Amino acid sequence: MNGMSKIVKVTACILIIPGIVFGLYIIMHGHLTPGGGFQGGAVIATISALFIIAYADEIRGVLDKDILSLMESMALIAFISLAFLGLSTTFFHNFLVNGGGLFGNPVSGINPGDLNTGGVIPLMNLAVGLEVYSALSLIVVVMYFGSKQEVLEDVN
Amino acid sequence: MNGEFYKMLVCMVLFAFLSAAVASIHPFGEPPSEMDDYFIRNGQRETGANNIVTSIVFDYRGLDTLGEASVLFTAVTGVFMLFAGRK
Repeated sequence: MNGMSKIVKVTACILIIPGIVFGLYIIMHGHLTPGGGFQGGAVIATISALFIIAYADEIRGVLDKDILSLMESMALIAFISLAFLGLSTTFFHNFLVNGGGLFGNPVSGINPGDLNTGGVIPLMNLAVGLEVYSALSLIVVVMYFGSKQEVLEDVN
Repeated sequence: MNGEFYKMLVCMVLFAFLSAAVASIHPFGEPPSEMDDYFIRNGQRETGANNIVTSIVFDYRGLDTLGEASVLFTAVTGVFMLFAGRK
Protein backbone atom coordinates (compact mmCIF):
# COMPACT_ATOMS: atom_id res chain seq x y z
CA MET A 1 0.00 0.00 0.00
CA ASN A 2 2.88 2.32 0.81
CA GLY A 3 5.25 0.86 -1.77
CA MET A 4 6.61 2.83 -4.66
CA SER A 5 5.77 2.43 -8.33
CA LYS A 6 7.26 -0.22 -10.58
CA ILE A 7 9.74 2.28 -12.07
CA VAL A 8 11.25 3.05 -8.67
CA LYS A 9 11.44 -0.64 -7.77
CA VAL A 10 13.25 -1.59 -10.99
CA THR A 11 15.63 1.36 -10.65
CA ALA A 12 16.42 0.38 -7.06
CA CYS A 13 17.14 -3.17 -8.22
CA ILE A 14 19.50 -1.90 -10.91
CA LEU A 15 21.29 0.53 -8.58
CA ILE A 16 21.79 -1.73 -5.59
CA ILE A 17 24.72 -3.77 -6.94
CA PRO A 18 26.91 -0.93 -8.33
CA GLY A 19 26.05 1.19 -5.32
CA ILE A 20 27.19 -1.38 -2.79
CA VAL A 21 30.31 -2.17 -4.82
CA PHE A 22 31.14 1.54 -5.03
CA GLY A 23 30.65 1.96 -1.29
CA LEU A 24 32.84 -1.02 -0.49
CA TYR A 25 35.47 0.32 -2.88
CA ILE A 26 35.48 3.67 -1.08
CA ILE A 27 35.78 1.92 2.30
CA MET A 28 38.56 -0.47 1.31
CA HIS A 29 40.61 2.17 -0.55
CA GLY A 30 40.20 4.68 2.27
CA HIS A 31 43.91 4.73 3.03
CA LEU A 32 44.91 5.23 -0.62
CA THR A 33 42.35 7.54 -2.21
CA PRO A 34 39.95 10.20 -0.92
CA GLY A 35 37.15 8.64 1.06
CA GLY A 36 37.08 6.29 3.98
CA GLY A 37 34.77 4.60 6.39
CA PHE A 38 32.34 7.45 6.95
CA GLN A 39 31.92 8.29 3.27
CA GLY A 40 31.67 4.70 2.02
CA GLY A 41 29.26 3.79 4.80
CA ALA A 42 27.10 6.76 3.84
CA VAL A 43 27.08 5.61 0.19
CA ILE A 44 25.92 2.11 1.15
CA ALA A 45 23.37 3.56 3.57
CA THR A 46 21.96 5.72 0.76
CA ILE A 47 21.42 2.66 -1.43
CA SER A 48 19.96 0.84 1.56
CA ALA A 49 17.54 3.71 2.22
CA LEU A 50 16.44 3.70 -1.44
CA PHE A 51 15.83 -0.05 -1.26
CA ILE A 52 13.94 0.18 2.03
CA ILE A 53 11.66 2.98 0.80
CA ALA A 54 11.05 1.34 -2.60
CA TYR A 55 10.21 -2.11 -1.20
CA ALA A 56 8.56 -0.97 2.04
CA ASP A 57 5.63 -3.39 1.77
CA GLU A 58 7.65 -6.48 0.97
CA ILE A 59 10.32 -5.70 3.54
CA ARG A 60 8.08 -4.83 6.46
CA GLY A 61 7.70 -8.28 7.96
CA VAL A 62 11.09 -9.61 6.93
CA LEU A 63 13.46 -6.91 8.11
CA ASP A 64 14.95 -7.52 11.53
CA LYS A 65 16.04 -4.39 13.36
CA ASP A 66 17.96 -6.43 15.91
CA ILE A 67 20.47 -7.61 13.31
CA LEU A 68 21.24 -4.03 12.24
CA SER A 69 21.48 -2.95 15.86
CA LEU A 70 23.81 -5.83 16.68
CA MET A 71 25.96 -5.01 13.63
CA GLU A 72 26.26 -1.39 14.72
CA SER A 73 27.26 -2.29 18.26
CA MET A 74 29.73 -4.93 17.09
CA ALA A 75 31.39 -2.49 14.66
CA LEU A 76 31.83 0.11 17.39
CA ILE A 77 33.22 -2.52 19.76
CA ALA A 78 35.63 -3.71 17.04
CA PHE A 79 36.82 -0.13 16.53
CA ILE A 80 37.47 0.36 20.25
CA SER A 81 39.13 -3.08 20.49
CA LEU A 82 41.49 -2.21 17.63
CA ALA A 83 42.35 0.97 19.49
CA PHE A 84 42.99 -0.97 22.70
CA LEU A 85 45.17 -3.58 20.95
CA GLY A 86 47.87 -0.96 20.48
CA LEU A 87 47.89 -0.17 24.17
CA SER A 88 51.40 -1.62 24.63
CA THR A 89 52.62 1.73 23.25
CA THR A 90 49.69 4.12 23.39
CA PHE A 91 45.95 4.12 22.86
CA PHE A 92 45.29 4.08 19.08
CA HIS A 93 48.86 2.98 18.32
CA ASN A 94 49.17 1.55 14.80
CA PHE A 95 50.65 -1.84 15.74
CA LEU A 96 50.37 -3.51 12.32
CA VAL A 97 52.15 -0.94 10.14
CA ASN A 98 55.44 -1.89 8.47
CA GLY A 99 55.26 -5.29 10.15
CA GLY A 100 55.15 -7.33 6.95
CA GLY A 101 51.99 -9.17 7.91
CA LEU A 102 48.36 -8.19 7.45
CA PHE A 103 48.22 -4.71 5.89
CA GLY A 104 51.88 -4.41 6.81
CA ASN A 105 53.80 -3.75 3.59
CA PRO A 106 56.28 -0.93 4.19
CA VAL A 107 55.83 2.10 1.94
CA SER A 108 58.67 4.15 0.53
CA GLY A 109 57.97 6.83 -2.02
CA ILE A 110 55.03 6.61 -4.38
CA ASN A 111 52.49 3.87 -3.68
CA PRO A 112 50.62 3.12 -6.92
CA GLY A 113 47.81 1.26 -5.20
CA ASP A 114 49.15 -1.44 -2.93
CA LEU A 115 46.13 -2.26 -0.76
CA ASN A 116 48.19 -4.26 1.73
CA THR A 117 49.49 -1.17 3.51
CA GLY A 118 48.28 1.11 6.23
CA GLY A 119 48.48 -1.19 9.23
CA VAL A 120 45.37 -0.93 11.36
CA ILE A 121 43.82 1.88 9.27
CA PRO A 122 41.95 -0.36 6.73
CA LEU A 123 40.50 -2.45 9.54
CA MET A 124 39.31 0.69 11.33
CA ASN A 125 37.88 1.97 8.05
CA LEU A 126 35.95 -1.28 7.68
CA ALA A 127 34.63 -1.08 11.24
CA VAL A 128 33.59 2.57 10.90
CA GLY A 129 32.01 1.89 7.49
CA LEU A 130 29.94 -0.96 8.92
CA GLU A 131 28.94 1.21 11.86
CA VAL A 132 27.89 4.18 9.71
CA TYR A 133 25.98 1.94 7.30
CA SER A 134 24.01 0.14 9.99
CA ALA A 135 23.40 3.30 12.04
CA LEU A 136 22.02 5.32 9.11
CA SER A 137 19.96 2.38 7.83
CA LEU A 138 18.60 1.85 11.32
CA ILE A 139 17.56 5.50 11.56
CA VAL A 140 15.75 5.23 8.20
CA VAL A 141 14.05 1.96 9.16
CA VAL A 142 12.93 3.13 12.59
CA MET A 143 11.68 6.52 11.42
CA TYR A 144 9.97 5.24 8.25
CA PHE A 145 8.15 2.30 9.78
CA GLY A 146 7.63 4.10 13.09
CA SER A 147 5.89 7.05 11.46
CA LYS A 148 3.40 4.70 9.76
CA GLN A 149 2.28 3.14 13.02
CA GLU A 150 -0.20 4.34 15.55
CA VAL A 151 0.87 5.87 18.81
CA LEU A 152 0.11 3.71 21.81
CA GLU A 153 -2.26 4.94 24.44
CA ASP A 154 -0.88 6.83 27.39
CA VAL A 155 1.65 4.49 28.96
CA ASN A 156 1.98 6.36 32.26
CA MET B 1 14.51 55.07 13.16
CA ASN B 2 15.99 53.50 16.29
CA GLY B 3 15.91 49.98 14.78
CA GLU B 4 17.68 51.20 11.66
CA PHE B 5 20.44 52.64 13.82
CA TYR B 6 21.01 49.33 15.63
CA LYS B 7 21.05 47.38 12.37
CA MET B 8 23.64 49.78 11.01
CA LEU B 9 25.68 49.45 14.21
CA VAL B 10 25.67 45.63 14.00
CA CYS B 11 26.74 45.80 10.35
CA MET B 12 29.58 48.19 11.15
CA VAL B 13 30.88 46.05 14.03
CA LEU B 14 30.70 42.92 11.89
CA PHE B 15 32.48 44.69 9.05
CA ALA B 16 35.21 45.89 11.41
CA PHE B 17 35.77 42.36 12.77
CA LEU B 18 35.91 40.80 9.30
CA SER B 19 38.24 43.52 8.02
CA ALA B 20 40.59 42.94 10.95
CA ALA B 21 40.51 39.19 10.29
CA VAL B 22 41.33 39.63 6.61
CA ALA B 23 44.09 42.13 7.38
CA SER B 24 45.76 39.78 9.84
CA ILE B 25 45.63 36.66 7.64
CA HIS B 26 49.00 35.06 7.00
CA PRO B 27 50.33 34.72 3.44
CA PHE B 28 49.18 31.84 1.27
CA GLY B 29 51.44 28.79 1.40
CA GLU B 30 53.17 29.75 4.64
CA PRO B 31 51.39 27.94 7.44
CA PRO B 32 52.03 29.35 10.91
CA SER B 33 52.90 25.97 12.45
CA GLU B 34 55.23 23.14 11.54
CA MET B 35 52.78 20.36 12.37
CA ASP B 36 51.33 20.09 8.85
CA ASP B 37 54.85 19.89 7.41
CA TYR B 38 55.53 17.03 9.81
CA PHE B 39 52.42 15.16 8.65
CA ILE B 40 53.26 15.65 4.97
CA ARG B 41 56.89 14.50 5.40
CA ASN B 42 56.41 11.56 7.78
CA GLY B 43 52.76 10.56 7.46
CA GLN B 44 53.19 7.99 4.71
CA ARG B 45 56.24 6.35 6.29
CA GLU B 46 54.78 6.19 9.78
CA THR B 47 51.24 5.07 8.98
CA GLY B 48 51.65 3.38 5.58
CA ALA B 49 48.68 5.28 4.18
CA ASN B 50 48.87 7.32 0.99
CA ASN B 51 45.95 9.45 2.10
CA ILE B 52 47.28 11.96 4.62
CA VAL B 53 43.76 12.88 5.71
CA THR B 54 42.99 9.25 6.55
CA SER B 55 46.30 8.84 8.35
CA ILE B 56 45.43 11.83 10.54
CA VAL B 57 41.79 10.87 11.09
CA PHE B 58 42.40 7.21 11.91
CA ASP B 59 45.91 7.25 13.36
CA TYR B 60 47.20 10.54 14.74
CA ARG B 61 43.76 11.73 15.89
CA GLY B 62 42.03 8.38 16.33
CA LEU B 63 40.37 9.50 19.55
CA ASP B 64 38.46 12.15 17.61
CA THR B 65 37.09 9.50 15.25
CA LEU B 66 36.06 7.40 18.24
CA GLY B 67 34.06 10.39 19.45
CA GLU B 68 32.40 10.80 16.05
CA ALA B 69 31.38 7.14 15.96
CA SER B 70 30.03 7.43 19.50
CA VAL B 71 27.98 10.48 18.48
CA LEU B 72 26.42 8.44 15.67
CA PHE B 73 25.66 5.62 18.09
CA THR B 74 24.05 8.06 20.51
CA ALA B 75 21.95 9.54 17.67
CA VAL B 76 20.56 6.08 16.84
CA THR B 77 19.80 5.51 20.52
CA GLY B 78 17.93 8.80 20.60
CA VAL B 79 15.86 7.87 17.54
CA PHE B 80 14.97 4.55 19.16
CA MET B 81 13.84 6.37 22.28
CA LEU B 82 11.82 8.85 20.21
CA PHE B 83 9.86 6.05 18.54
CA ALA B 84 9.69 3.78 21.59
CA GLY B 85 6.04 4.58 22.30
CA ARG B 86 4.86 3.23 18.93
CA LYS B 87 4.04 -0.41 18.37
